[in-house]
Amino acid sequence: MLLKKLTEANGVSGNEDEVRRIIIEEITPFVDNIKVDVIGNIIASKNHHLSGPKLMLAAHMDEVGFMVVSIESNGLLKFRAVGGIDSRILVSKHVVIGENKINGVIGAKAIHLQKRNERTIPLTIEQLYIDIGAKTKEEAEKTVKIGDYVAFVSEYLTMGDNYAKGKAFDDRVGCAVLIEILKHQFDMPIYAVFTVQEEIGLRGATVASYAVNPDLALIIEGTTASDVVGTDSKHYVTQLGKGPAISVMDRGMIANPIFNKYITIIANNNNIPLQVRQGATGGNDAGKIHLHKEGVTTGVISIPVRYIHSTNSIINIQDYDNTILLTKMFIDGVSKTKGMTI
Amino acid sequence: METNDLLISITEKSGVSGYEQTIQSQIAEIFLTFTNDVKVDTLGNVIAKISGIGDANRPSIMVTAHADEIGFMISKIEKGGFLRVLPIGGVDPRTVLAQEVIVHGKEDLLGIFGAKPPHLLQADDAKKAIPLDELFIDLGMDEQTVKESVQIGDIVTIRRKAIPLLNNHIAAKAMDDRSGIVLMIEMMKQLKRLHIQADIYVVATVQEEVGVRGAITSSYSILPDIGIAIDVTHGDMPGVASDLVFELGKGPVIGYGPNIHSNIYELLIKTAKEENIPYQIEVSQGPTGTDARAIQVTQAGIATGLLSIPLRYMHTSVETLNTKDIKNGGKLLALFIERVDKQFVEELVCY
Repeated sequence: MLLKKLTEANGVSGNEDEVRRIIIEEITPFVDNIKVDVIGNIIASKNHHLSGPKLMLAAHMDEVGFMVVSIESNGLLKFRAVGGIDSRILVSKHVVIGENKINGVIGAKAIHLQKRNERTIPLTIEQLYIDIGAKTKEEAEKTVKIGDYVAFVSEYLTMGDNYAKGKAFDDRVGCAVLIEILKHQFDMPIYAVFTVQEEIGLRGATVASYAVNPDLALIIEGTTASDVVGTDSKHYVTQLGKGPAISVMDRGMIANPIFNKYITIIANNNNIPLQVRQGATGGNDAGKIHLHKEGVTTGVISIPVRYIHSTNSIINIQDYDNTILLTKMFIDGVSKTKGMTI
Repeated sequence: METNDLLISITEKSGVSGYEQTIQSQIAEIFLTFTNDVKVDTLGNVIAKISGIGDANRPSIMVTAHADEIGFMISKIEKGGFLRVLPIGGVDPRTVLAQEVIVHGKEDLLGIFGAKPPHLLQADDAKKAIPLDELFIDLGMDEQTVKESVQIGDIVTIRRKAIPLLNNHIAAKAMDDRSGIVLMIEMMKQLKRLHIQADIYVVATVQEEVGVRGAITSSYSILPDIGIAIDVTHGDMPGVASDLVFELGKGPVIGYGPNIHSNIYELLIKTAKEENIPYQIEVSQGPTGTDARAIQVTQAGIATGLLSIPLRYMHTSVETLNTKDIKNGGKLLALFIERVDKQFVEELVCY
């Protein structure tokens, strides 16, 4: 199961090795050429000799996580976030540290030892630490070191009515969609780019778009879904089970309106549910890609993710399947008419 | 089963206070490998009796550890199928966000504790912990399916696969007090090779987390000469006064104070010294938050002792301990029991 394999692998921004290895292994049989660039992006191409618009598909490999910043004399590890993490979700979690995936836990003072008002104040990352079971600094240093990357541990499991829970759906869902797409044959040049360091400022996409120099770009993302109790529906952003979401705008870009019109027609013609992202929060690799050189016609299709950037996020598997389908239909359409002909 | 495997297996089972049936049947099965005399009382306490070789007036010793764990009860099904919960036992709401749970509906369902996403919070909100009544469980189901599968009053258990750490440390949920159950099992293994005069009652109690209720009824029915509660106590960690916590791996913690009979305390210390078993001492100024609290004041009174396992991060899903403390505790308890004779029991009232 691709989503299980990809989400249970670790790839905190700057340390995407494990995810990169899996993706290269998965796509090798289906692409003509694979290149890993100097900052770690995978650039895989199909049909690069064909004429027609050069399509860049992008999904980011990295996920939010942590780094070990110091090892205390009592063997406990101080840590800091890589990417945006709400520190209120940290307590009482399982993490792994470094290449050897040393187990650690983020504990908290027992409720019995707290003053009543302590419970009302969230614990900050500065107050927390990772416990690996080492009793001294020297002992800890035998298995971990300062600078080790730290990732959440979360099993990918299906749940409820065709939903799944796990970590790093943002953006392993996008990586999985790209992998599935590459298994198909298309009659146009396609560059599938698996980017690094999206979570710390779209850094992989910046250099990858320069290398690919696309005519057209499609980003597949995992995006916020706030369709939960206690949230006013105007703030949902997206809803699970309502299909892939297109962006009108976010913090980093305004999507190409022709792209959105075209993708809407494709969805309607194929009976694929489609939703429009509400609001303008968030951002993704499109923010860099669409500003490449003279500009690139760019669109984003996102899979809604509840509790994004957390140990346990939830997606609707139908949304994922529909995203693969919609992406395939989009490429088929562009390939047939050598562009987005409406 | 080896101690660590046993500990992992029984911490991963569900057994919220009042709903201990699953865990208790596993414990009863394990107890049955040591004795044929295993009973379950009205509240659900599992009581195993190992008869001693002494004469008719031989001492009787009860050892208890509680099988229940903290958890939740469904209090409301919200629009959209999200579940609101009430705590069962002492839950710090800060520890449950993004946690996996098992909702015991018509069948067991996987759920996630969610909350309003951070990007919708006002700047001030981020400074406030989310209270339990603003959290909810997401089952990944539409409202109709949820209503067909779950009802108000259904029980929720935290889901956590145990995590092995370095140096015999393990992190898991429900170490409080399944580690005590494992300590009693270790004790029973040790007892096999000893010549024990006394009758031993090994009790897996229920409903400790909501007010030591299982200990009330089991102590009443057994009415032993001596009752020893096995529980967890706080492990050392930054930000907590050092006199309130104990080092992991430095031995089981022997309790002392008004809740504890000093003769029992002294015999535990003496045993530990003679047998070279490491130990620590915890002094409590009033009734302890353990089964010992109820045992002592049962019927006309029972001489009570307390042995605890140091545990970090109590009442989180990553409660961490050193399994050496469990093994040493089991050994200490067995060798203590070996030393209890009729004279020791008679002297319990010689003030």
